[in-house]
Amino acid sequence: MAVSSETVAQLLGSERGPLARWLVGAVRVVRAIGRRPLGAFGLITIAIVVALALLGPALAPQDPLASSSFDFANRMQSPSSAHWLGTDESGRDLFSQFLLGARVSLIVGLVAGIASAVIGAAVGICAGYFGGWADRGLTFLDDWFLVLPFVPFAVLMAALLQDDAESIPGGQTGIIVLVLAITGWAGTTRIVRAQVLSLRERQFVERARSQGASHVWIMRRHILPNVMPIVWANTVLIVALSVLGEAGLSYFGLGDPDSFSWGTVLYNGFQAGAINQGAWWYVLPPGIAITLFVLAFFAVGQVIDESSTPQARRL
Amino acid sequence: MSDPVLTVDDLHVGYPGEEGDIEIVTGVSFELQRGEALGLAGESGCGKTTTALAIMKLLAPGLRQISGTVDLQTANGVVHLQKRTERGMRDVRWTEISLVFQGAIGALDPVQRVSRQIGDAIRLHDPEADRTAVRERVKELLERVGISGERASQYPHEFSGGMRQRVMIALALACEPEVIIADEPTTALDVMTQAQVLALLEELRRDLGLALLLITHDLAVIAETCERVAVMYAGSIVETGPTDAVFAVPQHPYTQRLLGAFPLVGGERALPPAIPGTPPDPADPPSGCRFHPRCHLAREACWHGEMALRPVGDDHDSACLFAPLQQTAVAGGVR
Amino acid sequence: MTRLIAQKVALALITLAFVLTFNFFLFRAVGDPRDDLLRVPHMSAPERAHLIHARGLDRSELDQYGIYVRNTLSGQLETSYHSGRPVTDVIGEALPNTLILALPATLLAALLGTWMGIISARRRGGTADGALTGSALTLYSMPEQFLAIVVVLVFSIWLKAFPSQLSEEPGSSATGLSHVWDVTQHAVLPVLTLTASILASWSLIMRASLTETMHADYMTTARAVGLSPRRAVLRHAVPNALLPVIALTAISLGYVVGGVIFIESVFSWPGIGQLTYDALLNRDLPVLQGVFLLTSAAVILLNLVADLVIMALDPRVRAT
Repeated sequence: MAVSSETVAQLLGSERGPLARWLVGAVRVVRAIGRRPLGAFGLITIAIVVALALLGPALAPQDPLASSSFDFANRMQSPSSAHWLGTDESGRDLFSQFLLGARVSLIVGLVAGIASAVIGAAVGICAGYFGGWADRGLTFLDDWFLVLPFVPFAVLMAALLQDDAESIPGGQTGIIVLVLAITGWAGTTRIVRAQVLSLRERQFVERARSQGASHVWIMRRHILPNVMPIVWANTVLIVALSVLGEAGLSYFGLGDPDSFSWGTVLYNGFQAGAINQGAWWYVLPPGIAITLFVLAFFAVGQVIDESSTPQARRL
Repeated sequence: MSDPVLTVDDLHVGYPGEEGDIEIVTGVSFELQRGEALGLAGESGCGKTTTALAIMKLLAPGLRQISGTVDLQTANGVVHLQKRTERGMRDVRWTEISLVFQGAIGALDPVQRVSRQIGDAIRLHDPEADRTAVRERVKELLERVGISGERASQYPHEFSGGMRQRVMIALALACEPEVIIADEPTTALDVMTQAQVLALLEELRRDLGLALLLITHDLAVIAETCERVAVMYAGSIVETGPTDAVFAVPQHPYTQRLLGAFPLVGGERALPPAIPGTPPDPADPPSGCRFHPRCHLAREACWHGEMALRPVGDDHDSACLFAPLQQTAVAGGVR
Repeated sequence: MTRLIAQKVALALITLAFVLTFNFFLFRAVGDPRDDLLRVPHMSAPERAHLIHARGLDRSELDQYGIYVRNTLSGQLETSYHSGRPVTDVIGEALPNTLILALPATLLAALLGTWMGIISARRRGGTADGALTGSALTLYSMPEQFLAIVVVLVFSIWLKAFPSQLSEEPGSSATGLSHVWDVTQHAVLPVLTLTASILASWSLIMRASLTETMHADYMTTARAVGLSPRRAVLRHAVPNALLPVIALTAISLGYVVGGVIFIESVFSWPGIGQLTYDALLNRDLPVLQGVFLLTSAAVILLNLVADLVIMALDPRVRAT
């Protein structure tokens, strides 16, 4: 059921406002990606996860937080017609938890990923544009953040923030997003800065300055549009890594116990001794889900990469 | 006295397309005589380098030789290169025929010393060789091309562009081949260095009796170094003959325009006319003569049929239907 | 060239100094260390006051910073909240265990990853390449703890081939060779998991690096000279490809430090990872700080070593 760019444009009224143009462009990109089998796999998987995130709570047969869901007589049951993915250590339906998992994983991945990308891009643009000491300082900072080993750093920060969980928006989950954003921005900065450096040499920047344009204006009008393509491509990667990061941090029990992200379910399973009991139905579904979700982002990223590599390479 | 050391006959090289092969080299034939310097001229993308790589069977993975023969005359008789396996080619490469690339920084391994790279080539084809003997030979080769033997232990990035080109020439001579193919050997160099490198090639050719296939888009270089020239356009040869004859009275409109593009030092101070249009897309070439869309002599007949090389003078062939052409170069020329 | 070396060493030291400072202020930015003393079980008010004074927590920030730096540099880190023992001791005990896993795994992953990368780069776009790259990407997409869980399920629970918990049989008093054998058996699965984890990124990076070097001009020269494709790759492509790989090894060691935590916790292997996991559970901040400090220092030092090794191997870098 392909949507043509023209149809979308029509639906939005014949005047091609910026939103319409953006949507048309987006549709075109999505179709281009979907044409490759790898891209199709990626997009479809992401679409499924998004659907789960939106519809999950509605489709779930049970609410794991409701007291009625607890059923200790039937704990750690393997899959049956009553419970498609079996039950957890409290007798609750695992399939419901699975459906709910998509939401948190997706939200955390997206918010943390986009936050990282925004911070990283902003720092990269400033460093590349202003040059001199600002550049040197920011680059040193960037290198420093890149050097730090992720897990010890993230764990330390999360532990420190735990006490203030109430004052941080989003609570436990908010902490995870914050930690991921702080540890994730450095990668984007490097590539953005490189791109900005190549742009800065160009004449139009000098011309704009001589015409009295402010730094902010130049950055917004000239630098930003040229930098966005790389940022987009990089964001895909960062979101994937954020999803993995969320799974990791949840595994340390840092996640909100009331949210059933896939990472948290894995953690619960481990704590409940699911592995030693051979309760594969507990741990395999969320793990496979995370893996496929992250893989989907890598697949899309790979397709974007391939399409921007010059064809001449082949010959 | 015909004594061809390299004979290329009806060479076709291309890659698979949606409806059959797309050809980059279409029916190229020429003969390189022993000890002679033959220039292969043409603009970028006309298939000159592909021809050279095809001869050495070093085509990039997507390309392949579709048909044609390449024969090399060696001390042990004729070697049919197109029939050789990869293994068989390795015996022939460098010992009978070698290649000089543009001496760009990428053509030599940046993390190995020059002595090691040349030495490896020697040892590859002479495994018994004594270490000291190899070291001596490397020094000797470098001296031969005008580089101090002391510099053998240096790395490629420590040489200037012109020097690196000489190193590549020294490397090409390592196993005493009969034929050297030089692909754009002077393109990246300034005029002074160009002259030096060309003089070197000339000297080596005379002293060692080498046959030289010089590939370049620069007609001035060919005029200086080559006795005969073959002009290539869009994958096929359109004219061959003695350099003097071809440049004095070119027998193909393309050659005429090409020569016209080179201003004469003492000639008119007018901008030479550019050749209109662009070279054809190999996937969708013009019918008949591939040059006809840009040709100032084109007629209806040019759109149909094969344009084969026919003799139009003393050892002078042209693929143009209207040759022999009386007109001299369109404007300017090369002396 | 000595100037270059000096510059790099200086940069490494400055980076380390930053880590130290960051560690100090981070701790204090988010909370008052005096409050943390409240966590220590069974402490009376006078004991607490005494401790505050002993640790200089009643002095100015700058003074405290000075004490902190002096202590750290003389190898004296804080004291664990949970066990009351010096953090250095606690980490010192756990470190060798982690190394038992990390060293073989890194070596195996490097060898396998290089081999896979070579195959992938040579048959780029083919089925072998697709399969290898696909597997590597899939492994990379798996959360490490999930990979460990799968390994345990398959090899320990279902196949019952190897033990999955701890580094030795609990309660065993074996010594000498039988002890070594015991530990080895217990190490198999964790090492396998860690290898797979490192392998994923290593083979992908190696593949990218090799692809670039394999299609370089000097490779055509090598083939023209008469080298077989295989020898040309080994003699020219691999040495050139190794340069960025060495740099990336250092970076991936930072990654190992991360992966070890997940894997050790699943296998209850008593190394730094397990230590960190427990410390997190117990909110044992000094230990967490100590681990952060140690691992950061290790990574910075490894990066420096990698830099110097590249200098030794790549003549172009030396020329600057």
